[in-house]
Amino acid sequence: MIVAKRKPFDEIKEYIKDYKKVLVAGCGTCVAVCLAGGEKEVDILNTELDMARRLDNNPLETGTITIERQCDVEYLEGLDDVVKDYEAILSMACGVGIQFLAERFPGIPVYPAVDTTGMSANLAVGLYEERCRSCGECVLGLTGGICPVTMCAKGLYNGPCGGTNNGNCEIDDDQPCAWFKIYERLATQGRLDNILKIKEPVGWNDQIPRTLIQPGYMKPEKDA
Amino acid sequence: MSTEGNGFKSGSNLEKILTAGHFAFTGELGPPRGNAVEEVAEKAKHLKGMVDAVNITDNQTAMVRMASWAASLLIMQQGLEPNFQMVCRDRNRLAMQADILGATALGIKNMLCLSGDHQKFGDHPNAKGVFDIDSIQLIGMVKKMRDEGKFLGGAELDGSPKMFIGAAANPFADPFEWRVHRLAKKISAGVDFIQTQCIYNMDKFRKWVQQANDMGLTEKVYILAGVTPMKSVGMAKYMKAKVPGMDVPDEVIKRLQGAEKGKVAAEGIKMACEQIEEFKELKGVHGVHLMAIEWEHKVPEIAEQAKVLPRPEV
Repeated sequence: MIVAKRKPFDEIKEYIKDYKKVLVAGCGTCVAVCLAGGEKEVDILNTELDMARRLDNNPLETGTITIERQCDVEYLEGLDDVVKDYEAILSMACGVGIQFLAERFPGIPVYPAVDTTGMSANLAVGLYEERCRSCGECVLGLTGGICPVTMCAKGLYNGPCGGTNNGNCEIDDDQPCAWFKIYERLATQGRLDNILKIKEPVGWNDQIPRTLIQPGYMKPEKDA
Repeated sequence: MSTEGNGFKSGSNLEKILTAGHFAFTGELGPPRGNAVEEVAEKAKHLKGMVDAVNITDNQTAMVRMASWAASLLIMQQGLEPNFQMVCRDRNRLAMQADILGATALGIKNMLCLSGDHQKFGDHPNAKGVFDIDSIQLIGMVKKMRDEGKFLGGAELDGSPKMFIGAAANPFADPFEWRVHRLAKKISAGVDFIQTQCIYNMDKFRKWVQQANDMGLTEKVYILAGVTPMKSVGMAKYMKAKVPGMDVPDEVIKRLQGAEKGKVAAEGIKMACEQIEEFKELKGVHGVHLMAIEWEHKVPEIAEQAKVLPRPEV
């Protein structure tokens, strides 16, 4: 899932310092599961802002709403009647949701209340580890199901480099070396021949904004 | 078009030394953290006549330094031959190819293809690491430019950038069993010579070279064994504990600790020279790469004591 972490409070407060009426908009899917921007986190931020602005003698009128998904037009419709009462929106969705919200309400400033930090696995409550960089050219079939693009600090396709340290990465003793793990898994499976062959330079597919149209589908006429 | 009429890949002094069957001896020079020509000249003067080529490091340990191609040119003006280092951390494939063209145009004939230390270690730890291609892919790219006269993208280039292509190998980083296969990958990518990580664990190194011999790899590539003399017990302990991929056995530290007061550095040099003597006889090793870090002025003494002088004229 997509994970995010809340921005520092002072940064959020600074964004909205000139507004008197602000809507805090949560998202009920990924960022809710990773405890960054769901209903509960919306309420907490709302309370913090309310208290801080009272202390500043600059009271803020806030509203809160959490919709199922800010990245989906179907759910955004529910906001149409709500946002018109506000001068600005603080979105607690991922970067996709924030942009989608800003696009739907182009007359109202939308500010991010979280930083989106990647696509991660849920290892324990509150603990998430990045596993995919959406490079667009998956090599997991070659590398034993361990992603070198994400988990190798240098993103090497022909690792490991010379910095492997007792199975860990040179950058941190707590960070396992992706290529050490790849080697071990492929050795266990008898598939080391996968990485004996040189992986030639890849064409980076993430250097321009990507649009995906699945086979059999097409862009709606109105946007074409 | 892979070679000039003379049959050499680049015709560098280092290539000629190795192809003539001499035991090569290379040195290293870190460019300054500024643009002081004098600093390069001062370090270079100690290396003149002592080594066959001098590695010019490329933003080593991710600290910004004078460009490796520029420092390479500066030592060429002093009559030394550079081994131009290039890391994958700081340049994408466009910049790398541009620098290779520029370097060869200005007379640089050796280069060392490296991944590069992670930017986290340096003075700009939050810089964007490029790693557009990795060190093995870089070797292949230089070879394609040299032997096929083509850019990585496939278009023909004008001229023929002649480089004697080097790379690093670290026999000590784990998994040990994979290290010789990674060497084999570098050879199949087109590497001409290898310089290894600093060697302290001789048993492990002998085992690695034996594996390379058994796989026939040492007939396909020249291997220069990496040697760094220990200056002090503190340095040995630091390298053991803090430098990733470095293997410093306790015996090395004990021997330094056993040296008389004021003679630890001399003991370190003696140990390095004993290693060099063994490498001269070790099948599969074709030379030594001496990394006397910030100790360039000691190189003449080490070269003398290691009995690698005078350097052959080829």
